[in-house]
Amino acid sequence: MVHTFQIKDKNIALDVNSGCVHVLDKLCYEIVSALEPPLTKETPEFLYGAIQDEPREDIDEAYSEIYELYSDGTLFSEDSYENIALDMKKRSPVKALCLHVSHDCNLRCKYCFADEGAYHHDRSLMSAEVGRRAIDFLIKNSGSRRNLEVDFFGGEPLMNMSVVKSTVEYAREQEKIHGKNFRFTITTNGLLLNDENTEFINKNMYNVVLSLDGRREVNDKMRVRADGGGSYDIIMPKLKKMADSRGQDNYYVRGTYTRNNLDFSKDVLHLADLGFKQTSVEPVVGDESEDYMIRREDLPKLFEEYENLADEYVRRRADGRWFNFFHFMIDLEQGPCVIKRLSGCGAGCEYLAVTPDGDIYPCHQFVGHEEYKMGNVADGEISSEIRETFENCNVYTKPSCRDCFAKFYCSGGCMANACLLCGDINTPHELSCELMRKRVECSLYIKACEAE
Amino acid sequence: MKRIKTLNSAVLKQSAAKGGCGECQTSCQSACKTSCTVANQKCEQSK
Ligand code: SF4
Ligand code: SF4
Ligand code: SF4
Repeated sequence: MVHTFQIKDKNIALDVNSGCVHVLDKLCYEIVSALEPPLTKETPEFLYGAIQDEPREDIDEAYSEIYELYSDGTLFSEDSYENIALDMKKRSPVKALCLHVSHDCNLRCKYCFADEGAYHHDRSLMSAEVGRRAIDFLIKNSGSRRNLEVDFFGGEPLMNMSVVKSTVEYAREQEKIHGKNFRFTITTNGLLLNDENTEFINKNMYNVVLSLDGRREVNDKMRVRADGGGSYDIIMPKLKKMADSRGQDNYYVRGTYTRNNLDFSKDVLHLADLGFKQTSVEPVVGDESEDYMIRREDLPKLFEEYENLADEYVRRRADGRWFNFFHFMIDLEQGPCVIKRLSGCGAGCEYLAVTPDGDIYPCHQFVGHEEYKMGNVADGEISSEIRETFENCNVYTKPSCRDCFAKFYCSGGCMANACLLCGDINTPHELSCELMRKRVECSLYIKACEAE
Repeated sequence: MKRIKTLNSAVLKQSAAKGGCGECQTSCQSACKTSCTVANQKCEQSK
């Protein structure tokens, strides 16, 4: 499968199965777009008729370059991954947990999927005991995997800092006994950050996700305090301090954009202007009856935003104002193996979420949806039925992913969105797909610009 | 090549043979976490 697209002055062909990215001149672009494999050594006759404004020898020359890539296996290469997909992830060990240490939050963000932290239940905090049980559960189910991950999540995890600390301490003790290596991360709105917990976090956490939506007026419209006021002025300086204290690395400041700020590139650039070097701003996803949800008719505007952001991104990275934007990061040479790319997020098998009560769900987004409850860390058993449903889902089990050029970059989309919004684990959320595909195109376009 | 510039080698095919160890970070691409779009993740084997 070859995906051809044009952004601004770049003509790009992505050979999906080999992962090769080719930047083409206009004539080659026209030819590649018209070809179907298998290719013949000689220029196919129909091309001379289809491309009338170019001399024959130019067409021959262009075709011979294309044919060379084809014979090298870097264009129109074959899909040899389906069999790998068939027996992937069977009985794969658990290697990551999302610990909901706090089902309570000190903000009232309007788009919160977690029902403002409560997850459709009473507000509650995880006990130290459940934290320990969760670590035991992870170690016990991790088989031969050495690197294990624990993300402290909420609600707002800093509201239960004592359990964050005791769980980290316990895991550090246990990792030595069992030959494991724990990596901790935390996702926080930053409101409770102070010198003391910053120090603890910097010492122990591999990555930190800090939430901020961008410009003050954009942030304060959605990310509001319990008393209804905005959060930007309190939070922004704290996040800045945190990011600086980590040497502007191993963290992300992340935001959510909604229908209220379709010009979200301004928010990304605002974060960059504030001095944040690691940024991420993503579309809100959820029930389309809400007036802040992205609609299909917004796509052209959003596509334009991504393209313009891409240009500004290239410009700034070249002129000394370097920053990262999460969705434009693609490693063309050393990214993950194809097996990883096929299997996706691992929710429901490699990655599980644990609630304050110790209940286990396929991932943080499923928490509170009773029908997806898989078990409890107290006895450590998990539903094999739910697990198998998730294990058996990959890029090749979803008809729309199988034919999608972005499949090895997206890895099949969010299963929570598929289940909860589309009613079927094998039906990705189409609007999210459209945006994903655009981001992949823009990322490749950036690579093409940076290769000049 | 005069008309085509190729940006990378056929990494995906090569990775099929030796990949799949599972030691890398899990990825999540939802709007509430920032750990995925798989393509920007690091492979533990390539360090
Ligand atoms: S660490 Fe590398 S080889 Fe192992 S599964 Fe991850 S991407 Fe593949
Ligand atoms: S963009 Fe959508 S169709 Fe394409 S791989 Fe991702 S989830 Fe599947
Ligand atoms: S199902 Fe969605 S929200 Fe859950 S871990 Fe996967 S990508 Fe993230």
